[in-house]
Amino acid sequence: MENSLSTRRNQFSVFKQPGFTIIALACFIVLYMPIVVLVVYSFNSGTSPAKWDGFSLQWYAAAWNNSAVKTATLISIIVACQASLYATILATMAAMGTTRTRPYRGQNVIYALVNQPLMVPEIVTAVALLICFAVIKELTDYRGLAYLVLSHTAFCIPFAYLPIRARLEGMDRTLELAAADLYANSWQSFRRVTLPQLWPGILAGAMLAFVISLDDVVITEFVKAPGQDTLPTYMLGQLRRAITPEINAISTALLLISAILALFVFLLGRKHGN
Amino acid sequence: MSDSVSVAIHGVSKVFGHDRNAVTALDDVSLDIREGEFFTLLGPSGCGKTTLLRLIAGFEHPTRGHIDLHGEEISHLPPYRRPVNTVFQSYALFPHMTVAENIGFGLEMQGKSKEETTSTVGEMLRLVQMEDLADRRTDQISGGQQQRVALARALAPRPRVLLLDEPLSALDYKLRKGMQIELKRLQNETGITFIFVTHDQEEALTMSDRLAVMSQGKVLQVGAPREIYAHPAVRFVADFIGDTNFLDAELLEIERDRTELKLPSGKPVSARGAARSVDGKVHIAVRPEQTTLTRDADAAHLEGHIDNVVYSGTDTHYHITLPGGESFVVRTQNRGDSGDEWQAGQTAGIVIEPGAVQILAD
Ligand SMILES: Nc1ncnc2c1ncn2[C@@H]1O[C@H](COP(=O)(O)OP(=O)(O)OP(=O)(O)O)[C@@H](O)[C@H]1O
Ligand SMILES: [Mg+2]
Repeated sequence: MENSLSTRRNQFSVFKQPGFTIIALACFIVLYMPIVVLVVYSFNSGTSPAKWDGFSLQWYAAAWNNSAVKTATLISIIVACQASLYATILATMAAMGTTRTRPYRGQNVIYALVNQPLMVPEIVTAVALLICFAVIKELTDYRGLAYLVLSHTAFCIPFAYLPIRARLEGMDRTLELAAADLYANSWQSFRRVTLPQLWPGILAGAMLAFVISLDDVVITEFVKAPGQDTLPTYMLGQLRRAITPEINAISTALLLISAILALFVFLLGRKHGN
Repeated sequence: MSDSVSVAIHGVSKVFGHDRNAVTALDDVSLDIREGEFFTLLGPSGCGKTTLLRLIAGFEHPTRGHIDLHGEEISHLPPYRRPVNTVFQSYALFPHMTVAENIGFGLEMQGKSKEETTSTVGEMLRLVQMEDLADRRTDQISGGQQQRVALARALAPRPRVLLLDEPLSALDYKLRKGMQIELKRLQNETGITFIFVTHDQEEALTMSDRLAVMSQGKVLQVGAPREIYAHPAVRFVADFIGDTNFLDAELLEIERDRTELKLPSGKPVSARGAARSVDGKVHIAVRPEQTTLTRDADAAHLEGHIDNVVYSGTDTHYHITLPGGESFVVRTQNRGDSGDEWQAGQTAGIVIEPGAVQILAD
């Protein structure tokens, strides 16, 4: 009896530390209070984003009817779709190349290079891209969306790469040996055995990449040409003028999309025990 | 079974890692495996059995030496170009395919037509008695059934050689016995060369046409089970397979294929084969069941003190200490009329049956 009591007392429990509840609550409030306020005021009927005047959906209607918002949304979606697609394909290839080869020299360097966007400050990349693309624009006179797509693809790669690589590392390698043993060449083995099991990882990677692209401000702000505002850069532009709860409404919509995608990734991961 | 060679392994070595981390998994292994035979690689954990199979399958490449299949060198071929299939220890069934899809996979990859694939899959399902479960997912069948699917999947493309890496080790005792018989039946029916890996000596003896005993990357002896059991060439083989008594004897005389020896007791005994010895000493092995106890001092080859009598149903084991301190086990079969004739503490004579003395090379 005494023994079990003393072991219980000795067991370290973070829940039992002094101030745990207060600190945890404070963190949650700091994290989520602003978002709650944002969402609440998106339903404000007045024009102030800080003074409550009663409930209305007028700002959602206003955003819906605002053609600038529509254009920005469209560009956001076009860029995010393309960037997440390309980034996922490249990330899948990179993940295969770093998990399905014999160990080679410089493997860790490659790993670091693929994850470069996670480590280099975004503003540095943004400035570098601005300068680099300026040179190309000068030479080719091309001013389309490709610059945005390209830069979004680049910084989305690590976000797609990490879940795909994790999935590949968790897979049973003997299945691929069995495929090779049964006359499947490398491509057939990838198509018929690796890929069907890799899908959850690929989907998770693609959705992460999509959300990251949708959300980007810094690089987009530097790279975009006039008229190429995405939703976040459009909102940033609006802040310089008088702000209305329309911004809250757009933000809430963005939040909802991100949350749905995140939930999807979570459910996918849980279903496949990963 | 014919005498033509199916798989020929010529001086194959396999070293993993480099320099200080180098591990020699196989050390100059040479073997001829005959067409249509049930060949077993037997040896303790880590002796290189799996490595040898992986080299034949093509998952690894030899550091030295080469492997021929029906007279053609295959060392440079990737696994998917070798007419060799593997039954993996973990089965490695494709989890996203049904039983039938698993079995048909190899045929499909070989580019066989739909009709041919379907009919061969049906035939294989019948062969392993799994027709009812063709559309099940592979995680919805039992371990024994998964085992059969793995077998059928590897047999379906009609390989020249089937490699089996401890395929029965995950099954419980009863299922295992059943599968041993089934494997033999499949091998007889298909006529395919089976190369079977196990570390279970009993399994190796009962199933194989021939077996190779391996230790630390080397093949120590190759032969039929009877040959290996009755005439182990080296101490390791004698010790690894069955129970054995080891003794030192003195060389008296070598005739062409007979050797006369003097036992520690001073009694002479003769053994098959010619012994080689530099200092006149020879190591010999004697199986416990090829010895009996006697009270007749003239007939006895050895004499010793019984320490322990162990009754095990069919047999009785007598643990004896010889005057020189060596321990010796005598095993006799229990018959209806045999009482407890010998007790611990008694002194007994040991008779070695003719032909029971085996000269070891080391
Ligand atoms: N990829 C590898 N890298 C380094 N060493 C290896 C590798 N594969 C095998 N080895 C080593 O080679 C030796 C032989 O291994 P192998 O798997 O062939 O043994 P085994 O006879 O199949 O043993 P078990 O009965 O335990 O399966 C072992 O010492 C093992 O540690
Ligand atoms: Mg093994």
